[in-house]
Amino acid sequence: MTTVFLVDDHAMFRAGVRAELGQFVQLVGEAGTVADAIAGIRERHPDVVLLDVHMPDGGGLAVLAGVAAEAPDTRFLALSVSDAAEDVIAVIRAGARGYVTKTISAAELADAVRRVADGDVVFSPRLAGFVLDAFRDAPVAPSVDPELDQLTPREREVLRLLARGYAYKEIAAELYISIKTVETHASNVLRKLQLSNRHQLTRWAADRRML
Amino acid sequence: MRGPPDLPDHGVVAENALAVPRLYRRANRKVLGGVASGIADHLRISPARVRVVFILLTFANGLGIILYGAYWIVVPTPPGSERPTRFADWLRYGVGVVMVVGTVFTVARTLPPLGQLLIPATLALFGGALIWRQASETQRLEWRRTTLGGKGRIRLALGAALVVAGGVVVVARANASGVTVAVLAVVMTVIGLALLTGPWWIRMVSDLGEERSERIRSQERAELAAHLHDSVLQTLALIQRNASSPREVTRLARGQERELRTLLYGARTASGQLSEALRGAAGEVEDAYAIKVDVVVVGDAPLSERFGALVAACREALVNAAKHAGVETVSLYAEVEDSACLCFVRDRGSGFDPAAVDADRQGLRGSIIGRVERHGGQVSVRSSPGAGTEVEIRMPK
Repeated sequence: MTTVFLVDDHAMFRAGVRAELGQFVQLVGEAGTVADAIAGIRERHPDVVLLDVHMPDGGGLAVLAGVAAEAPDTRFLALSVSDAAEDVIAVIRAGARGYVTKTISAAELADAVRRVADGDVVFSPRLAGFVLDAFRDAPVAPSVDPELDQLTPREREVLRLLARGYAYKEIAAELYISIKTVETHASNVLRKLQLSNRHQLTRWAADRRML
Repeated sequence: MRGPPDLPDHGVVAENALAVPRLYRRANRKVLGGVASGIADHLRISPARVRVVFILLTFANGLGIILYGAYWIVVPTPPGSERPTRFADWLRYGVGVVMVVGTVFTVARTLPPLGQLLIPATLALFGGALIWRQASETQRLEWRRTTLGGKGRIRLALGAALVVAGGVVVVARANASGVTVAVLAVVMTVIGLALLTGPWWIRMVSDLGEERSERIRSQERAELAAHLHDSVLQTLALIQRNASSPREVTRLARGQERELRTLLYGARTASGQLSEALRGAAGEVEDAYAIKVDVVVVGDAPLSERFGALVAACREALVNAAKHAGVETVSLYAEVEDSACLCFVRDRGSGFDPAAVDADRQGLRGSIIGRVERHGGQVSVRSSPGAGTEVEIRMPK
């Protein structure tokens, strides 16, 4: 069974997730602060960390910075009430394998945890939309690694279907490819999102931050 | 401003151990005019010491007597004491100033070596005393705090020495025409004044800045409070009244969530944009039919007449899904391309056979297909019973 560590500063929310996910996964620990989370993840080596993005002492980004490098087998799934673009992009670039909002249903959350544990990535429709938006234009300046700075037509198609609310299975059927291939495309997109330094991405996030 | 806003001048303040009593002439237990004991009360030292100082100063060409006289005239008796002062304010101050200045110049003439030091020193002391008297209680406390520390004392001594020295140079060289000497004196005095009053100026400027940012903060707080009151509190009240209807509670909570999200994280796109119109339409359908609409918009464009028709068609498709699909969530995806906008409305609900749609179902045929095609767009509907429905609308720019 997948072992899960839960990080959220709201005890009420932790209790809710515990009750909802208890039957699907094995919860091995939880923490309400960044320091507790780092210590707990070091000690328990969970498969998946469900990570709140906003916490008083630095939040998900601080946990990722503190422990992600030394726990290569642990995967992080960000969970937040905010679906603001800069939060999403920042936490993905810091190493999270996916991002879901807290309004997600219990079954969807369990499915997302399972997929992240399997090495897959989780793109909510909104995250897919963000990526499409961020990679929309061709890079203006010549980049070091052009491959990283653009999406392939196929990746675009997969993202579009994700943004339209399609599940991987439905995408595979729609594009006449295997589910495995859909997963590969999604992983490649996540890698590009994490590693690309195209300036549009920064500018785009900055535009969204200047509210 | 920092500190209590409305400090009463006396009475309450006297109870505060830190507060300094105001300078008054004593009305009782006095030897002559109550000046020395009044100053002693003010500085909280023994009256004997002050009297000794006055007596010592008297040997400096009678300065003590003159100063005592000046203080007698200028310093008032405490309010409520039996004998109010007999002179008008301007008269008292005027006479005081004339006496002091006159004395100092007399002394300076008759005793040149001491006088050179005496004039500036007396002027500085008298000016300082006036400023001190005019200051408010909190200001005086602040000054004490900043000047009585180790560094504060050094600064104070150095500043005072420079001011006096500057004055000495001016007086000593009053007849000389050396420009450099005059410049030197001015520079010394200015540096001395800066040392003496620098912290006060800095404090005043930072107080002003703090005041301004505090005002902005409180305005924002008031705005947010007003907003929360109008929206969140109202919704919470409605939820409590509708607690027996889960559907209604969900609808209210969802509408409120959407509104708060817009307030907190909302990309404040310029009004009149397509994305805004689509989100607005989705919000209306959410409220009206108690379903959830996942809206994802990539790119944006101004809302032209064609795009207005597109939004209306999307809204109708959402309404159809809400009414007939029997699901709780509908997806709306829109992507603005170079030449057109593509919209997809998708549900995973009951679906239907597009070929067998009754002729009287105006929603799809009239409100969606007809409207879009009139504006030069295309609609394709993919649906089959049990597999959900997807309406795809393509509208050229």
